[in-house]
Amino acid sequence: MNITALKSLIDALSAPTISFTILTVIFPFIFPPSDWFEKIHRKSGLWRIWTKLGGVIGMILITAFFVIGYFDPYFNKTLTKADNFPIVLMIYSMWFYIWLGMFKAYRNDIRLDQGLKPNEYNDPDDKVLVWPDLVYIEFIALILFQVFLIVWSIIVAAPIEEPANPAATPNPSKAPWYFLGLQEMLVYYDPWIAGVLLPTFIIVGLMAIPYVDINKKGDGYYSFRERRVGMFIFMYGWVVLWLFLIIIGTFFRGPNWNFFGPFEYWDIHKVEALTNVNLSELLWVKWFNQGLPSNILIREGLGFVITGLYLFILPVVLAKTYLKDMYAAYGPTRFVTIMMLGLVMLALPIKMYLRWVFNLQYIIAIPEWFFNI
Amino acid sequence: MSDKNDKSLLEKMEESQVWKSIIRSGIPRTRRQRMHAILGSVFLHLHPARLPKHAVKVGYTWCMGGLSFFLFVNLTITGILLMFYYRPTVEYAFTDIIDLSEQVPLGIMRELHRWAAHSMVLIVWLHMVRVFMTGSYKPPREFNWGIGVILMVLTMLLSFTGYLLPWDQLAIWAVTVGSNMARATPFLGNEGPGAALLAIGDINLIHVGSDVRFALLGGRFVGEATLLRFYVLHCIAIPFVAMIFMAVHFWRIRKDGGISGPL
Ligand code: HEM
Ligand code: HEM
Repeated sequence: MNITALKSLIDALSAPTISFTILTVIFPFIFPPSDWFEKIHRKSGLWRIWTKLGGVIGMILITAFFVIGYFDPYFNKTLTKADNFPIVLMIYSMWFYIWLGMFKAYRNDIRLDQGLKPNEYNDPDDKVLVWPDLVYIEFIALILFQVFLIVWSIIVAAPIEEPANPAATPNPSKAPWYFLGLQEMLVYYDPWIAGVLLPTFIIVGLMAIPYVDINKKGDGYYSFRERRVGMFIFMYGWVVLWLFLIIIGTFFRGPNWNFFGPFEYWDIHKVEALTNVNLSELLWVKWFNQGLPSNILIREGLGFVITGLYLFILPVVLAKTYLKDMYAAYGPTRFVTIMMLGLVMLALPIKMYLRWVFNLQYIIAIPEWFFNI
Repeated sequence: MSDKNDKSLLEKMEESQVWKSIIRSGIPRTRRQRMHAILGSVFLHLHPARLPKHAVKVGYTWCMGGLSFFLFVNLTITGILLMFYYRPTVEYAFTDIIDLSEQVPLGIMRELHRWAAHSMVLIVWLHMVRVFMTGSYKPPREFNWGIGVILMVLTMLLSFTGYLLPWDQLAIWAVTVGSNMARATPFLGNEGPGAALLAIGDINLIHVGSDVRFALLGGRFVGEATLLRFYVLHCIAIPFVAMIFMAVHFWRIRKDGGISGPL
């Protein structure tokens, strides 16, 4: 296969519809949250990702991507922006540290299976002195990082563009890289959700973790199997719904926030058909063949019913059926909190797929009140 | 030829009154002196004198908490140096930034500050991932995890407010994109759901000139007042709040039983 074919393949694969789907589908096989997934994880050899070989291959793949990108005339432009260097660092360091944590976790899982204590365990009476054992490590870490910063600062000049001009909007205008995940969510949700509600839920959700996680195991050492559901949810939210959206926002979004593959030219005139429809339009105009009712609540009735079912009835049904044991173990407060946070988190991929598959714009569309979901 | 009993310069120094007044225990050689070195120093006593073995391994904490703090200190120092040159007004901000690299000797202070800022966001995230992966947020450390989340938000806000200061196209448009979202805050933004409900009779309380976005920017768009506001937030208000939360964070690490570990 020649390099051009490879590039167009990568371009095609990185379209959010495809890359997001691939990631989501293989994710539970990489961080298996149940026995069934675990079995396939073992059989298919995916567990090898968390061995030394897997770590090295991951590093090589990432490096290959950047090297090819560096020599590509289009990707080179995004890749070598001074402000995008942190994202290159982010991709490397996230891969390395998640790999490291999982590598240690798997080694500990084996020890725990054999009834041994985790690797981190030491005799509590056998302590070491902070001076010098810790102080010198801190000192070395500090010096190394300072050297790294100085070298980085000498090599890469901080970016400075034209003086601020409120009349000339750049296209695309991008938020700083650590907020690009939120900006990417704007494609699927209105600002009051993507910019206000979801960040609030992320902050509250993170703070709630220690209070809703009643699993006492795995405290103070790396482990996976003992807390696989928690690990799976955290990693999915972290890697796919946050980091991956940042990567899309940085590398794959060009003028007018249109999608461009990494090796594609950012054509300002690229037009993407806007054929999105609201649920109410589908219901009244397409299926019932009549105009939209003038009463807003009737017009959007179906949307309200669906949202209500999803947020308020679904947890109750789950508590009585599929998640009965969980409800009993966690109690009502914890259960409701987990459900609310989980459903809001899940609403992001759901909305993405509704958009991709049905061109659905809003489930509830009340622009009169700025209330679109 | 010197006498065998002659003391080395170092030893003489150690016995001088000046030295003893500063470092009470002398050069830490014995176990006792080493513990004393930690306990006697206001900086080092953030640490306990002794630690379990796993805790001092790089592989356990990845040094990420310590590096977050180091970067914060670093940013404070470089930030203060930048403040000597930088004036937060529409007239001067941009040209001061240019002068920083062209006129100031060894002009990489801006680079040091900017790259350390980006690193800090990344390192704080990695610290959170480490804490999650070792399950260190579990009781009794629930509260400290919450403090950590706040620190992370503050870190991102610091970086966001700093981003505006160079006052170039990159800066104002990134901040415009970010702050446009505030317009849609439920109830409090002029384009947010429910804002129309906050009205007395016909008079809307929430409009372009009174919503949260206006409060954040000090105006209807990113301008002179925004620059001043972000400058004060960036250089004084948020670092001040962050320092308080860090003090609590570090205190709680010790009070929650020190670094986590297997029982
Ligand atoms: C007490 C601490 C701090 C002080 C006094 C300070 C001061 C300053 C000053 C005067 C500037 C404008 C100069 C310039 O833009 O180059 C600046 C820029 C900036 N600061 Fe800070 N800062 C502090 C901490 C932080 C922290 C903790 C972060 C991030 C985590 C941060 C992120 C930034 C960023 C991203 C810029 C824009 C950099 C640039 O374009 O050069 N600062 N800071
Ligand atoms: C400016 C930001 C932060 C600073 C300077 C900081 C600093 C530190 C330091 C120095 C430690 C000691 C152990 C280590 O190095 O890992 C630590 C531990 C801890 N941090 Fe942070 N941290 C920050 C942000 C966070 C965040 C974002 C979280 C979580 C969301 C967090 C949660 C914790 C917890 C739970 C511990 C105790 C860990 C244990 O006992 O193993 N911190 N922090």
